[in-house]
Amino acid sequence: MINNKKKLRSYREFLYILPFLILVAVFSYYPLYGWIYAFFDYRPPRPFSFEDFQGLKWFKYLVDNPVRLNQTLSVIRNTFVMSGLAILTSWLPMVFAIFLNEIKCMPFRKAVQTITTLPNFVSWVLVFSVAYNLFSSSGMVNSLLMKMGVLERPVLFLQSSEHVWGSMWLWSTWKSLGWSAIMYIAAISGIDEELFEAARVDGATRMQLIWHITIPSILPTYMVLLMLSISNFLSNGMEQYFVFQNAFNKESIQVLDLYVYNLAMGSGSYSVATALSMLKSVISVILLCVANKLSKLIRGESFM
Amino acid sequence: MKEKSKKVRMKRSAGDYAISVTTYVVFALFALVCAYPFYYIFINTISANDLSERGKILFWPQAVHFSNYSSVVKIPGLLQAAKISVGRTLIGTVLTVLLAGFLGYMFTRETMWKRKFWYRFIILTMYFNAGIIPWYITMRNLHLINNFWAYVLPTLVSPFNIILVKTYVESTPRELQDAAEIDGAGTMRIFISVVLPIIKPILATVAIFTAVGQWNSFQDTLLLMSKTELHTLQFVLYRYINQASSLASLLTSNAGSEAIQQALATAQTATSVRMTVTIIVVTPILLVYPFFQRFFVKGIMIGAVKG
Repeated sequence: MINNKKKLRSYREFLYILPFLILVAVFSYYPLYGWIYAFFDYRPPRPFSFEDFQGLKWFKYLVDNPVRLNQTLSVIRNTFVMSGLAILTSWLPMVFAIFLNEIKCMPFRKAVQTITTLPNFVSWVLVFSVAYNLFSSSGMVNSLLMKMGVLERPVLFLQSSEHVWGSMWLWSTWKSLGWSAIMYIAAISGIDEELFEAARVDGATRMQLIWHITIPSILPTYMVLLMLSISNFLSNGMEQYFVFQNAFNKESIQVLDLYVYNLAMGSGSYSVATALSMLKSVISVILLCVANKLSKLIRGESFM
Repeated sequence: MKEKSKKVRMKRSAGDYAISVTTYVVFALFALVCAYPFYYIFINTISANDLSERGKILFWPQAVHFSNYSSVVKIPGLLQAAKISVGRTLIGTVLTVLLAGFLGYMFTRETMWKRKFWYRFIILTMYFNAGIIPWYITMRNLHLINNFWAYVLPTLVSPFNIILVKTYVESTPRELQDAAEIDGAGTMRIFISVVLPIIKPILATVAIFTAVGQWNSFQDTLLLMSKTELHTLQFVLYRYINQASSLASLLTSNAGSEAIQQALATAQTATSVRMTVTIIVVTPILLVYPFFQRFFVKGIMIGAVKG
């Protein structure tokens, strides 16, 4: 009798959440079914038909002639460069946090922290608007430089294909540096104060304290975040590159996520785009598992 | 011996001093780089437009006027976009927060049938993504193209939020729920009168993250909304930047042949509209962020520990 009642309750509790499980199934799991488009010839508005089976045609299509192969390779190159730059400079937030922690004037520290985390919360469209107002041909930088006589004609910062990688890296660092440092700031505040005291009694300098106590204490945090960024190697997101892209910088700015979008919405190649994004998802999941295993090996703890 | 130790201390403080000065300068510069662009745009929106057009406004506003803000409202479509942006932020945030609270709590109920399995079922969705085409076609099949609910429904159940709330509920004393249970309260009753009041702090965190996400969202409009009535402020701003020519045609130019200095100072230009809309779009974030910073920080910390 009591057992029955318990069982009823356990089912009823399940029923409460069932509608939301269905929501998840519909919006997150059901789209996976769309991966079959990668194996068929699907060109809306023509309805999808199982007659049009193409096998691996669209996967081969990405590399089967020199022009397309070049295109694919340049997209891969851009993706690798952007992710590579991000990983190579992933220690910056850690350094930011360490030195911010050295600042003893609290109001200044609080102000710096608040101001530098703000850009993280504005959208890429707004960042682009800022970039446009500052760096377009009639923007602040150009008009200032021309007024000072440094330039005769405006420099087309945003329409140039040069330095695209560098400027994209700068914008994303500008946007995220302060915010990424927060994790390390919290990790530093968790370090046992007695360690520092003991070292100070032994005559350690400030740099020695940082080098021998602070850095080793927050290195595990750094490793976890590094692993996560390795698992996101292929996913740069498309918003940043989408808003900054134009006819002049397309060759250097097109990363995988943006290329998939341009393929699909620009040229209507649904099947190729699906094939590419499916490939990307599968590799990403593999990378995630590898990173997770690595983290287990290094820290004895996985992050998933 | 004594002298030596003094020397060491001296050296240390000289090094310390150099580090301190450099740190202060570098951080002050970086903070300036983060803040100045927004300040620059703001002072240009309230300065005379002809001065601003010639790049004269760099450090402080000149010939202050606010007509940019009053006239930008009259641009067709902008008010509607503002309504959509506010609407999706309000509705999306309220529903997402309620649901995160409810599901976060439900997944702490050990009595639930196959609780662990369903929890994993939701969390797993953080780690894969079908891609934009399958997603787009799903949305089309659900008739969510050009439909306001496409802004709200897909992100309603967020694994990250559920993790945050579940962790928080688990950290509160279980005895409160047990006591209510002995008093005969059911699952829902416990949620509403016991759990909900004590998880308010974490719900504030979830709310603030969701609201910022909703306000900033751009990609869903780009992919799903061809109807201009459903465009958000972010999207309209993007259009204004990229289609300066079409923007200019929207403006009723009053800088004709008989234009006087006053008219020039307040006449709308593509630049003034762009900057004014930028400030309008960024203001909610600037207002909200400093006051709620601690909630953001709390969110990222719990998420980091558990995620």
